[in-house]
Amino acid sequence: MKIRTLIAGTILSSACAFAAPALAQSGDVSACLITKTDINPFFVKMKEGATEKAKELGVKLSTYAGKVDGDHETQVQAVESCIAAGAKGILITASDTKAITGVVKEARDRGILVIALDTPLEPIDAADATFATDNFKAGELIGEWAKATLGDKAADAKIALLDLSPAAPSVDVLRDQGFLKGFGVDIKDEKTIGDEDDPRIVGHDVTSGNEEGGRTAMENLLQKDPNVNVVYTINEPAAAGAYEALKSFGMEDGVLIVSVDGGCPGVKNVQEGVIGATSQQYPLLMASKGIEAIAQFAKDGTVPKPTDGLDFVNTGVNLVTDKPVDGVPSISVKEGLDRCWG
Amino acid sequence: MSETKSRDNDYESSLKDSDRAVAAFKPRRRGALGTAQHFLHGSPTMVPVIVLLLSVAAFGIAAPNFFSAFNLSLIMQQVAIVGILAAAQSLVILTAGIDLSVAAVMVMISVIMGRLSVEFGIPVPVAILLGLVCGAGTGLLNGLLVTKVRLPPFITTLGTWNIFLALNYYFSNRETIRSQTLDAEAPLLKLFGERFTIGGAVLTWGVVLMVVIFVVLWFVLNRTAWGRHVYAIGDDKEAAELAGIRTDRTLVSVYMLAGGICAVAAWASIGRVGSVSPTSFFEANLESITAVVIGGISLFGGRGSIMGPMIGALIVGVFNSGLRLAGVDVLWQLFATGWLIIIAVAIDQWIRKVSS
Repeated sequence: MKIRTLIAGTILSSACAFAAPALAQSGDVSACLITKTDINPFFVKMKEGATEKAKELGVKLSTYAGKVDGDHETQVQAVESCIAAGAKGILITASDTKAITGVVKEARDRGILVIALDTPLEPIDAADATFATDNFKAGELIGEWAKATLGDKAADAKIALLDLSPAAPSVDVLRDQGFLKGFGVDIKDEKTIGDEDDPRIVGHDVTSGNEEGGRTAMENLLQKDPNVNVVYTINEPAAAGAYEALKSFGMEDGVLIVSVDGGCPGVKNVQEGVIGATSQQYPLLMASKGIEAIAQFAKDGTVPKPTDGLDFVNTGVNLVTDKPVDGVPSISVKEGLDRCWG
Repeated sequence: MSETKSRDNDYESSLKDSDRAVAAFKPRRRGALGTAQHFLHGSPTMVPVIVLLLSVAAFGIAAPNFFSAFNLSLIMQQVAIVGILAAAQSLVILTAGIDLSVAAVMVMISVIMGRLSVEFGIPVPVAILLGLVCGAGTGLLNGLLVTKVRLPPFITTLGTWNIFLALNYYFSNRETIRSQTLDAEAPLLKLFGERFTIGGAVLTWGVVLMVVIFVVLWFVLNRTAWGRHVYAIGDDKEAAELAGIRTDRTLVSVYMLAGGICAVAAWASIGRVGSVSPTSFFEANLESITAVVIGGISLFGGRGSIMGPMIGALIVGVFNSGLRLAGVDVLWQLFATGWLIIIAVAIDQWIRKVSS
């Protein structure tokens, strides 16, 4: 009985293992896109970019998404399904960047190309390649812009920083520290938020990346010091909330707000002067480049190479503003609106 | 006739020398702690009130800029929305239920109000009215699932929480309606964000709304038959039923009222947030439960004053503001809130053990 079960099991599992690649060989190249959620416009745009490119190149695309941000279990199941389906490549924005590496290794061992989109895995070389925004650079751009815009007044600015969450994920740290470096603050350890002792910093607070959190955080920091005149925000919804708070304090005119993302409502807020400048990122490009890379890999086995000086493929970031300053490259609001997402 | 008879059979006259006192327990001497326990048992709202006063005093000393009319009124602005949700939550918890869907209902209704007025060009008052009706409708669904399908409230609202969240994303198309658009097309939606000043305090109509809701609920719960029925059901549903209360009908009406209050909170939240955002208030359902628990309402139902949760929401607001102004890392706000919950429930348990 025991032996029979064992044999049956072995036959069954090896049949599965062989059947899957066989299936893939007989048809077109197939690929998977796994996002954190399918709620956030950022990931919706990513899916659009991947779907379009896949159609163009004749790649068969399956998409999966977690239920909420942080839903690791669903992502593991998705990778397993992709392995079983004999995919040539997997594009993934991981919810749990450390824990996912186990199942990712399994996929790579079977010859599947795994590309991390937007969020690098930990360690970053757990994936074959990473296509992402340089979030540190995104922060630096708005920091440099704010500094140049203030001119001499930058020396005694009062800076409020509206971050994402108490957990301080890597994107939170990179943008925050990039901004401060761009502004000319000594950031000490660039992996830690809040270890700076520059007197120009009024404080940090968290926003959950939405309007409500942005407003409350801004109010708290204004209570700490009502002379705030530069506000960094993790994303544009938080910036919109910060603006509401400033308005309620009657301070909306004298304060410079900068942000990161480049979503359409955010760029419109740049147009109307709510946000001074924002760093725009390109989720659609990450996904379409990812699909191209998988198609290429299926053809001749080429693995994409990282951008010079970085450990990932930089999909680009542009400063969007209608008040450009010398020495900081930027694009106009009009161009930003053409390329915005969400 | 009766007089004569009583004189003839005057058995009771001999009683006049006996002990006339009504049967009574000997008063036992209680310590200071015991006296406090009894006092708090009689007036449960005093616990959160004392905690609130103590924490305001403590942060007033410890945190710079904390103790000013302006900052204290700002805290009220910050807690108003969660406070209103806590009012809805309290009603359900008083019946020994729980409503995990309050925040999802609120965000969904705010999206409905915003979309109807901005995208579909429906007059704003009509859109608000439709929103309120939808809010009561969500409560009707919750109430029917609890009473007719006999699902536990936790399961019911865990389910509807997800459903309303999904509908929220569907209705909103995952897009925010921007503040400037609302100013131009539907300023009435931002009514409760309007400010006025009294001395150095800056209040919004949202704060006034919160206080009015609590006062009205206090009156209804304490001075109407319906209100007493709500407490009775929470205390012992079977006994209430045997006493002739139509428990199912009352329960459905409780959930509908809670849904309606969530819809009012939705209107107020648009004023607070400035825009209509499908991603805001992600944790507000748990925050509302936190306020209720710290406010001294028992999760087992039937006990606690409706004013407690408003104080509870303020306590959380005071801790968050005070810790921020004292320059403490954000994670300690979570830490403090956690202990507040545990201590609040521990005190509640202790008061319940009151002896004789």
